[in-house]
Amino acid sequence: MAKLILSVDGQVLKEYNLSKERTLIGRKAHNDIQIDNLAVSGEHAAIITILNDSFIEDLGSTNGTMVNGKPIKKHFLQNNDVVEIGKHKLKYFNDAPAQASAADFEKTMIIRNPAKAAPPPPKADASLGETVTNLKPGGDATRPVPPAEQTSPPAPAPKPTPAPVAEAPRPAAPPPRPTEPEPAPAAASGTPLRDAAIQVLSGAAAGRTLDLTKNLTTIGKPGLQVAVITKRPNGYFITHVEGATYPTLNGASLGAQAHPLNDHDLIEIAGVKMEFFYKP
Amino acid sequence: MNLSQSLQSASLTDPGRVRDHNEDCIESRPEIGLFVLADGMGGYNAGEVASGMATSLIADGLQEEWKPADLHRLSREEAKALSEKLIREQIGRANNAIFTTSQNNPECAGMGTTLVVCLFYDNFLTVAHIGDSRLYRLRGETMEQVTRDHSLLQEQLDSGLITPEEAKLSQNKNLVTRALGIDPTVDAEIHVYETQPDDSFVLCSDGLSDMVEDEEIRLTLITLKQNPNLTVQQLVQAANDNGGRDNISAMLIRIAEPYGVPRGWLARFKALFR
Repeated sequence: MAKLILSVDGQVLKEYNLSKERTLIGRKAHNDIQIDNLAVSGEHAAIITILNDSFIEDLGSTNGTMVNGKPIKKHFLQNNDVVEIGKHKLKYFNDAPAQASAADFEKTMIIRNPAKAAPPPPKADASLGETVTNLKPGGDATRPVPPAEQTSPPAPAPKPTPAPVAEAPRPAAPPPRPTEPEPAPAAASGTPLRDAAIQVLSGAAAGRTLDLTKNLTTIGKPGLQVAVITKRPNGYFITHVEGATYPTLNGASLGAQAHPLNDHDLIEIAGVKMEFFYKP
Repeated sequence: MNLSQSLQSASLTDPGRVRDHNEDCIESRPEIGLFVLADGMGGYNAGEVASGMATSLIADGLQEEWKPADLHRLSREEAKALSEKLIREQIGRANNAIFTTSQNNPECAGMGTTLVVCLFYDNFLTVAHIGDSRLYRLRGETMEQVTRDHSLLQEQLDSGLITPEEAKLSQNKNLVTRALGIDPTVDAEIHVYETQPDDSFVLCSDGLSDMVEDEEIRLTLITLKQNPNLTVQQLVQAANDNGGRDNISAMLIRIAEPYGVPRGWLARFKALFR
């Protein structure tokens, strides 16, 4: 259960458990947390607690309520927040996640009567404005197709390669398991992934480099041959996206699987050679 | 009429990195444009009983009742109304079966499941949902959440109690306000939407939507649009890379071409030669 610790000038006065749905703070005696000081309004602020979340709301007090040094009207309390009312401080502790094991804590549960906890939603259901009334004529095929290639490098129109271009690119690969050869132990070990880039070695854009800053970077020529480089916690990986033939990595065909990229690996895609490297 | 030509689809479900078993369940019948996803909860291993019953009962039931080949006699509006009615009936049946099972088997007591059902027909989409599993739609470069969660957090958002930014910090993320199979009756939310060619739809469990930001989902859908299988793999992988704290499921449907139903004898005759 969340709690508040009341202190003044560093002296702890009292500890309060937030067991009620609404906890009143103020100078008068009927408040749940009474602070008998003239800087505090009769009813100064209220804390609304809904299961594991608590909110503080200033009730139009004369001198205001601060949280972490900033005046607030309403605030969603987070663990270790400090509420200031005049010279008095209330520190908020919420250790709910520490009590339950991580797995239990996130398990989805059903609650039956939320109406008591939260006011009923004012909006009606169908607010996505896209319901039956909003009819669009069925197949307007004239809409521009969004450019999926905006992430690709300045694709140098390569010499027409012998690949069959006219065919609709329909990836025929069966779904391989999403996991990579090595089961990436969620590399949250703190070592940030090094910056990397690819340099184009042939074609019209030879010499250009492209920094791999995004999680997904596509390279190649849309409609002909496209691959994606994924930036993951445990390194960079390249995977074939579209095209009748696979790009090559160090001369070997990529196939449908993801492949880890190593420093100075050579990629050839849509007739263009490029090199992957870690930045110094 | 086989919809799997017009609708490119791919799906994947994964236990994630923390849970030892998968309580999510997915079922697709691309030929009739039907996709079902459920995220089970409650009881010792009973969550997967509930989600498994929900997906198989609803998919089989609809396959039995919804015959696209015989529907061309109906007007478009009639077809929409019929799809809603049949989905509601099948959800009611599944709810009954799950509820009865949980009453009669102590090891299944209290089990329930979220649900998303998508049925595509004649350039429209009928969506039913219960709980916090979601449907997203990518149209052009814009992604929208089509379903509104039945969760405590969503109610707080709707009532203005908290902001979307604050919602990300909430400790009440895991509380749903509706579920299939926990009461004798259930109230499914059902809407009909028009689809357009090149739209992409994603059904997912909260193991994806809680672990991967909407913006990252959007960029993945755009970047890997040409390859549905790779898209769902990438989404699941991103959820795992971010911790994979829950089971992860994603089903992707891309409208590759219009799938309007020819009406009138001439149109139907022409359709034979397409």
